[in-house]
Amino acid sequence: MFEAVAFYLFAFLTITMFIITVTTSQALYALTALAAGMIFISAFFFILGADFLGAIQIIVYTGAVMALYAFGMMFFDTTRSVKEKQGNKFIITGLSTLAAVLVVLIVAAPMVSDNIVAFYPAIDSMGNTQNVGLVLFTKYLVPFELAAVMLLVAMVAGIVLAGKKMDRSITLTNDAELEIEKNKKVLS
Amino acid sequence: MEKYLYIALFAPLVSSLFSALFTATPKKLFTGIVASLLIITSFISSTVLLTHILETGEPIHVTMMTWMQTGGLYIPFGFMVDQISVTMMMVVTLVSSVVHVYAIGYMDHDRGFNRFFAWLSAFVFSMMILVMSDNYAGLFIGWEGVGLCSWGLIGFWFHKESATWAANEAFIMNRIADLGMLIGLFLIYWNTGTLQYDGAFAAFHQLPTATLTWIGIFLFIGAMGKSAQFPLHTWLADAMEGPTPVSALIHAATMVTAGVYLVIRSHELYSLIPHVGLFIASLGTFVAIFAASMALVNRDMKRIIAYSTLSQLGYMFAAAGLGAYWVALFHLMAHAGFKALLFLGAGNVMHAMHDELDPFKMGGLKKVMKWTWIMMVIGSLALAGVIPFAGFFSKDTILEAAYSGNHMVIYGVLLFTAGLTAFYSFRLVALIFHGEERYKLFGIHPHEAYRFMLWAMSPLLLVAIAAGILQTPFFDMVEEALNAHEYHIAHGTALIMLVGTQLFVGLAILYAYRKYANSRVKVPDGTSKMENSFAYKLLINQYYIPYAYEEYIVKPYRELSEIFWTKVDLKVVDATVDGIAGIIYGTGEKTRDMQSGNLSTMLKWMVAGLVGLLSLAVIFGLTARYSDEILAILSGLGV
Amino acid sequence: MEIGLNHYLVLSTILFAIGLVGVMRRKNLLLLFFATEILLNAVNIAFAAISHYYGDMTGQMFAFFIIAVAASEVAVGLGLLIVWYKRHGSIDLDALTTMKG
Repeated sequence: MFEAVAFYLFAFLTITMFIITVTTSQALYALTALAAGMIFISAFFFILGADFLGAIQIIVYTGAVMALYAFGMMFFDTTRSVKEKQGNKFIITGLSTLAAVLVVLIVAAPMVSDNIVAFYPAIDSMGNTQNVGLVLFTKYLVPFELAAVMLLVAMVAGIVLAGKKMDRSITLTNDAELEIEKNKKVLS
Repeated sequence: MEKYLYIALFAPLVSSLFSALFTATPKKLFTGIVASLLIITSFISSTVLLTHILETGEPIHVTMMTWMQTGGLYIPFGFMVDQISVTMMMVVTLVSSVVHVYAIGYMDHDRGFNRFFAWLSAFVFSMMILVMSDNYAGLFIGWEGVGLCSWGLIGFWFHKESATWAANEAFIMNRIADLGMLIGLFLIYWNTGTLQYDGAFAAFHQLPTATLTWIGIFLFIGAMGKSAQFPLHTWLADAMEGPTPVSALIHAATMVTAGVYLVIRSHELYSLIPHVGLFIASLGTFVAIFAASMALVNRDMKRIIAYSTLSQLGYMFAAAGLGAYWVALFHLMAHAGFKALLFLGAGNVMHAMHDELDPFKMGGLKKVMKWTWIMMVIGSLALAGVIPFAGFFSKDTILEAAYSGNHMVIYGVLLFTAGLTAFYSFRLVALIFHGEERYKLFGIHPHEAYRFMLWAMSPLLLVAIAAGILQTPFFDMVEEALNAHEYHIAHGTALIMLVGTQLFVGLAILYAYRKYANSRVKVPDGTSKMENSFAYKLLINQYYIPYAYEEYIVKPYRELSEIFWTKVDLKVVDATVDGIAGIIYGTGEKTRDMQSGNLSTMLKWMVAGLVGLLSLAVIFGLTARYSDEILAILSGLGV
Repeated sequence: MEIGLNHYLVLSTILFAIGLVGVMRRKNLLLLFFATEILLNAVNIAFAAISHYYGDMTGQMFAFFIIAVAASEVAVGLGLLIVWYKRHGSIDLDALTTMKG
């Protein structure tokens, strides 16, 4: 009973938050709603007994990704509301729904046919974190290391891309200087 | 001995490939020298093989490698040197050596010097394959190879339209004949299951006469094309567009005799079907007089010699058709010598006269070109069959063969043709070398050819003079291979025949000299009575045969092609292809808007594509999952 | 009322659809990134649920890797976005038409 109440509550909250994210015209609202939605999603992980995943969800998304977005937004002029031309809403909604339904169909199909076998069954005597550790550092060690390298590369790339010419401000240089700058770039 | 066989066969190939390396570069003297040396090497190897055959009488037979082996079909690259092929090899390598050396001088100023030797040596290689192969398939490769090289050499001066036209004519005429030959080969394989000479010949004895007749006819159609027999003869005269050494080597001495070689090679077939042989002999006799008559009035030096070649080929076919294969082969050999000599002499004259071909515009050249004159006279004497030169022995034996076979019509026509031959040969000699020096009217200063070219021609001179000595040894050599035997004609009759023939020929020569070796000969301008007579017009226009071909075959064919082009090709084939292209192009044009460059639109398309692919995946998945049920439903519907 | 796997899958579907709507209707690049985060998280829920109901850890592992990928994507994507903004002064999708063929 408690589980059902929790599921429906958080489902409602998550959906609301995400709808706000994709519909609002205020970037700050969108960011806040997204952060909230991420935290609510972690609730599902806790309900499902994936405690470690839930903790990671909160740390990575709300801690790291959202902070990154917040910092990124400082570069952009996001105080004014975002003006967006919209096409046919029916097409957008229809396509999305259809795609989602199909994805679920495909994912659910092997389970419906009941021929699925657990490759790495969870061991009941251990906690979730222990289980995760066991599988992650035995069967998925190589992907894990690769993911680590990927994150490192992404970090370096982020710093290099964003850090170019950090020392000069675009808003403080005048147009003529910018023009010269542009021409130089074309020539080089 | 196999070593010499391979040397004789592949030295020309090496020569050709070597010269081909330099085709794109300016004239290099050493290509000519290297090519000539390699061909001479081939000649020497052939001589070694000849002595081997003479000593032991044992044919050499090698199988180099397998060419095709599928199911019951087995065709090797096999080569055989026996009495027949060694004769041909000697002829081919001797004449080609002479021509190669001669061509160094003749092609002196030509820009395509290196290319010329590449083609010429390639021709020799093809010809060697043709004569040395031990099966019909190999013979066919050589057959096509010489056809190709002939095409390349006739059209050697490809910037001249007439040369390319002549090259194509020769090639296409030969294609028509080659179709017949191919059918003959298929028939042989179909009926005997092999293309090897020995296997096929052995199997011929069990075949019904009708089948053999068809095989014989189709093979002879191939021979007719290559040897320019009526009605496929027009290409040979036009082939004189090529350089003169080419005419000497290909269109006099070797390639055109390939047809005769085919008949001689297949003598075991033709001796089983004498009626086809008689047809061949009759056609050969007809061509002999037919071509000789055209040579009587022609005003082109090289064409006259070409017609005489045609006429002599007729003699060879007459002999071969009557079953005197060894006589045909001997005449082939002797003819190769003196005809190449005549052509090379004509080449000297052409060089001296700056490519002037009309003998009426020459005259009196014997003062400046003494050696060429001597060679041409001896060549003509040999061609005319005057005792004791080469032509006498070979031609006289052909006449004997016709006489002893009681083919009096053939005998009579051939005898008469011998007189015509003597007349036109000496008409040519008289016009070129005797009489007034008419060339002065045209402001030409003739000069004798290079000394080494004359030396190069000397082996041919020797053959033309002394080939008669070889008659008996030659007949002894081929006795076993071709069932050669003496013709027994009563001594008195033979003497009468001999004296009669010689007298007839002598009179013809005298008449030719009287008529053309005097100061009254003028350059014809189309006004004299003779030139307006019907017979003259008929002969100078080659019996209107080229005209008829043009009018009744080429033009209707062109019109038919035109119809097919405009009606079928443009409206059906092209329309279909264009339609398909149009559909694709139109689709591209219509869907271009998708590529607006707007990322948002692209994302929408991406999602649409994703939906499409996912639907497919689901449909296929469901179909696979429920295939049994679907099949049951379909069968229930009666599909 | 028992909450089963289907409930979670339906939830995942709904979130995925919301994400797709966002991807298609957003013209601001930053907000587009938000929408992709929603897509990834929708899939994560499905994985975690399947993992739970089948007692198999593989689902959770995939969820981890997806989070890792999402984090890298944000880092690189934001970097690129900043470079673009510095050059053009705008992160509007409709202005990004250099790919026009």
